[in-house]
Amino acid sequence: MKNPKITVVEYGAGNTGSVSNAFSRLGYSRVKVTSQPEELLDSQLVVLPGVGCFGECASNLRSRGLEPVLRQAVFDGGIPILGICVGMQLLAECSEESEAHPGLGWIPGSVRKLSPKEGFPVPHVGWNAVHHNDTSTIFSRVPDDSDFYFDHNYAFNCDSKFVLATASYEVDIVAAIRSEHIFGVQFHPEKSHHNGLRLFRGLVEAVTNC
Amino acid sequence: MLKKRVIATVLVQAGQVVQSIGFKSYLPVGRPEVSVEFLNDWGADEIIVLDISATSRGSGPDLEMIKRLATKCSVPLTVGGGISSIRDIHSLLRIGADKVCLNQSILKSTRLLEQASEVFGAQCLVASIDALAIDDVYGVFDYKANQSLKIAPTALAQTFEHHGAGEIYLNSVSRDGSEKGFDLELIDKVCQAVGLPVIACGGAGSPSHFVDVFSHTGAKAAAAGNFFHFSEHSITVTKSMLRNKGIQVRSDTPATYLDATSDERGRLLKKPEPFLEELLFSRIEKEVI
Repeated sequence: MKNPKITVVEYGAGNTGSVSNAFSRLGYSRVKVTSQPEELLDSQLVVLPGVGCFGECASNLRSRGLEPVLRQAVFDGGIPILGICVGMQLLAECSEESEAHPGLGWIPGSVRKLSPKEGFPVPHVGWNAVHHNDTSTIFSRVPDDSDFYFDHNYAFNCDSKFVLATASYEVDIVAAIRSEHIFGVQFHPEKSHHNGLRLFRGLVEAVTNC
Repeated sequence: MLKKRVIATVLVQAGQVVQSIGFKSYLPVGRPEVSVEFLNDWGADEIIVLDISATSRGSGPDLEMIKRLATKCSVPLTVGGGISSIRDIHSLLRIGADKVCLNQSILKSTRLLEQASEVFGAQCLVASIDALAIDDVYGVFDYKANQSLKIAPTALAQTFEHHGAGEIYLNSVSRDGSEKGFDLELIDKVCQAVGLPVIACGGAGSPSHFVDVFSHTGAKAAAAGNFFHFSEHSITVTKSMLRNKGIQVRSDTPATYLDATSDERGRLLKKPEPFLEELLFSRIEKEVI
C-alpha cells in the first residue's frame, strides 16, 4: 500500500476531523489538517471538505489566502484534489446560496437550490443510492447503486461530460464530478461507513497509480 | 432512492452512557466509546450523542469525549448538549462531529439558530423538541426548568424551520423509556406542520415499532437509545424487518437477517440444526477495504 501525503484543507468550514479520521482508519498515516501553503504544495492529494454556507466557505478560503495556493497546487503542481459537499460546490463558478461570493470556477457549472416537489423535504439528508459507471477512478471499488450519506440544500449543475455519478431525489442530482485530476462528491464519503472507505481507497489508488 | 434512517441515540450523563426513563430516572449503561463503536458496526445510519448533563454543568460540550467518540464513528455523528455559541459548533465540527443538535439554547430565543444557519448552513443544524402530553394536549417540555411550556410542538417546529433549522429531532417525554412504541399522533402532526425531515424518538421497544412509525407518519428517520443498547442484533433485525415490509433502508453490514425468523417481540429465533451444520463447512471471505 502506498502511503501518500494527504492534506485536508483547514479553512474554518469543514468537518476536518471526520475526514482525517476516515483516512487514518484506512491506514494512511501521513494525513494533515492544515492551511499552511508549504504543506499544501508538498502533498500528493488535497481534500477540500465542507460543511457550511457557500458564501461563508468561499470568503473563508479567500481571506486565508488559500485560493492562489490551491490553484498553484492543482494546476501548476498537478496535485489531485477532492472537494466534498460544499468543497465540491466551491469548484463551480457561482452559487445561488451566496451570489456575492463567486466560486473557484474550476469546473464550469453553477450551484442551485434543490426544489423537489412536496413529499421530498429539503435538506436532502440521509443515505441515497449513487449511480455511476466509473471503473477506474474513485468508484473503482464501489458497486453501482451503493448508498452514501448526503446532507445538502443546494446541488451542482454542469455539463454531463463532467458528471461522474448521480443520485435520485425526485429529480436527478449530480453526486460526483470530475475534470482531469479534479474530483468532487456531493455526499460525505467520510461519513458513509464502508462505502465511503471504499471510495477513499479508490481515490488514493487512482491518484497514486497503483 | 433516499432511504429511511434508523438512528441510535446515545445519552451521556457525566461521561457515562445512561438509559433514560421518562426524563426522570437514569440507569448506567457503560462507556460511550464502546457504545458508539458497536452501534457504528451494527449498522446504525447515524449516531446522535446527547450529553444531558452538559447544560446544567455549564461548561459547554465535553470536547475530549467527543473527539474520542468520533474516531469510532464512520457514520454521521450529531452532537448535542451544552452548545451555546458559534464557537462551540466550530470546535465540535473540527474534532469530528458532523451536525449539532440544539435544544435548550434555542428554546427561548432562536438567535443562535439564525447565526449558526448563516455560518454552517441549515443542513448542519438539528433542532430538538421534547414534547409532553398533558390531558391529551401536547406541550413542549423544558428539561432545565423541569416544566411544560404552553407552546405546541408543531408551532415550535415551524419557528425552528423558519429560523434556519435543517432537521427536527422530536422526542416524546411521555414515551421515553416506555418501550410502548413511538407516539404516532404527535409525530404525524409535526411532520405535517413542517417541510423539514423529522427524526422521531421516544418509546421504541421492538422492530415493529419502526415499521409503524415509517408506515403511519411522514418521519424520515427514527431513533432509539435503550432498545439498541439492550437487545441483541437489534439494529440489523430492525432493518431486515423494515426491508421485508417494503421500507427501504441502508444495508451495509455483512449480516442481513433477511431470511431470519423472529418471535412476536421481534427477537431472533434460532436457526434449525441442519442449517447450522451447513455453516460449519461454508467459508466466508472477509472484505479488506
